[in-house]
Amino acid sequence: MEETVIQAESLTKIYRMGEVEVQALRGLSLQVKRGEALAIMGPSGSGKSTLMSILGCLDRPSGGSYVLDGENVSGLTDDQLASIRNRKIGFIFQSFNLLQRTSALDNVELPVSYSNRSTNDGRDRAANALKAVGLENRIKHRPAELSGGEQQRVAIARALVNEPAILMADEPTGNLDSKSGQEIMDLLLSFNRDRNTTLLIITHDPRIAAQAQHTIKIRDGVIEEDPR
Amino acid sequence: MKIRRVLLEMISSLRANKLRTGLTMLGIVIGVAAVISMLSIGQGAQNSISASINSIGTNLLFLSAGSRPTFGGGGGFNFNRNIKSLTLADAQALMDPYQAPAIQAVAPVLQGETSVGANGQTTTTTVYGVTTPYFSIRNETVSEGAIFNDQQVNTHARVAIIGIDVGTTLWGQTSDLVGKTILINSQTFTIIGTLISKGGTSFGSADNQIIIPLTSARDRVIMRTGSNVDSIYVQATSANTTSEASTQISDIMRLRHRVVVGKEDFTVTNQADLLSTASSITGILSVFLGGIAAISLLVGGIGIMNIMLVSVAERTREIGLRKAVGARNRDILTQFLAESSFLSLLGGLLGIVLGWLISVIIGKIATALGTALNPAVSINAILLATLFSIAVGLFFGIYPARRAANLEPVEALRSE
Repeated sequence: MEETVIQAESLTKIYRMGEVEVQALRGLSLQVKRGEALAIMGPSGSGKSTLMSILGCLDRPSGGSYVLDGENVSGLTDDQLASIRNRKIGFIFQSFNLLQRTSALDNVELPVSYSNRSTNDGRDRAANALKAVGLENRIKHRPAELSGGEQQRVAIARALVNEPAILMADEPTGNLDSKSGQEIMDLLLSFNRDRNTTLLIITHDPRIAAQAQHTIKIRDGVIEEDPR
Repeated sequence: MKIRRVLLEMISSLRANKLRTGLTMLGIVIGVAAVISMLSIGQGAQNSISASINSIGTNLLFLSAGSRPTFGGGGGFNFNRNIKSLTLADAQALMDPYQAPAIQAVAPVLQGETSVGANGQTTTTTVYGVTTPYFSIRNETVSEGAIFNDQQVNTHARVAIIGIDVGTTLWGQTSDLVGKTILINSQTFTIIGTLISKGGTSFGSADNQIIIPLTSARDRVIMRTGSNVDSIYVQATSANTTSEASTQISDIMRLRHRVVVGKEDFTVTNQADLLSTASSITGILSVFLGGIAAISLLVGGIGIMNIMLVSVAERTREIGLRKAVGARNRDILTQFLAESSFLSLLGGLLGIVLGWLISVIIGKIATALGTALNPAVSINAILLATLFSIAVGLFFGIYPARRAANLEPVEALRSE
């Protein structure tokens, strides 16, 4: 079953900073098949964060086409993009981005509360997701009461709760010591393996990238190296 | 997003910053409390002035000697220096059913401040020398004893009807006073009745007075030349005929005093005019006070806007995250609008309670100081304040909420 999840053709992205135009992406094309685990590497300014936000439907490309999990997302409205993000994409950030004033459970339940489906089972699903990342004993804890590794695991549970097609992790281990970082990587890779969830990891750490199936290198807004 | 969820989010974010939430709400509380208390005090003042004018009688006219000073076109005051006093004959003439069909009753009055004594105490009070129609014209009735009759007036009887304040001052009691003797201007009178209390009015206490027959007053208490009287109370046939009655009085009096229009040496005061003047003055006053109070409500609203803007700036990252996990623009808009309108609604409700308390306290203080003022918190004022405070919350909340909702998810996530 070699189904394509990400089909991006000639993506361009131009930022206007005052008078100056910055070309962050210069006609980048990328295909990702379901269940792949890809690392995306590149120096700062290479456009990898821009690529991530366009692939994650957080931003629109200036040109090119993008089909995500069978849906053409190039011309969608803000609300439609929000719905795509909600259903198909799970984000994991370097700085966790948890809501500090609510419990781990509430944090994980957040994506369910923004989804259209019946939310009656939201708390159960959130609790199951926390169990899947091994935090069933930390359900009522607030982020400030958890270690960095635990906070990132809450974020992973939040990313998984709506059973997305793709997990997008932007430097997921950047704020962690190497031991917790490795635990997070193991967790992400296990979901990739067991649930066939596509995994995109943006990193500049070669040891992290080495654990993915393939590593794609980006420089100056185009793919420099794709070993596939 | 379900309503329950919106409410939970709202409470959690407002609770996260209790001091700020409280202070923001305080602006609205004070604004609404000011509006409520000002409107209710204005309403109370209006009620008590109307009541005291009504207690005199709305179909009552008051005829006194002398003209109101007017500012004539030639400059300076235009005083009529040839004032004829009012007499009993004037009062008699007003009872003419052909020339004055709108007049029902007439009561000539002598009036003076006199010292009275009894039971070893003395005090000063207002003494009225009146004829029997006075009681019905002025709505004066007795709580015990009786009023005097025409025969007692004709025989110059030494009888007195006292207000309860006189009883309190001299005997320390308000009942069982009938039959007691009282010295009015060192003349002995017998008390035959006690007036029903009218309470304090805006014009001073109506209970500190003594009413005696006109004849006895002229003989012994309030000396006046000939058959002169100080004023004449006139009762119109109904509240609707007061202006006709007023015209008829003026016509008759101009003939009797041989004066032309514009040179009158007497003044007719119409209670209905007084009532409408007084109520329009208090009406303007409450609108004025309410308007000033509304400004403080507006300031409270600006406070909400300020804090919501700060809150949006502080929570930019949170907004970005919410959008990343699927929040639509209107979810964010709803969340921030819910917060600002909840702040203003709760502030408004607390303000209503506080404003009500303030008006009750001011009413008590005014009563303690001798002015009856019953602040009336009207449903209208409450509705007005509630609607206004919700409107303030929505109006001043919409700009920050839109700002939050329109944030670009990428940039919001990138902010520190």
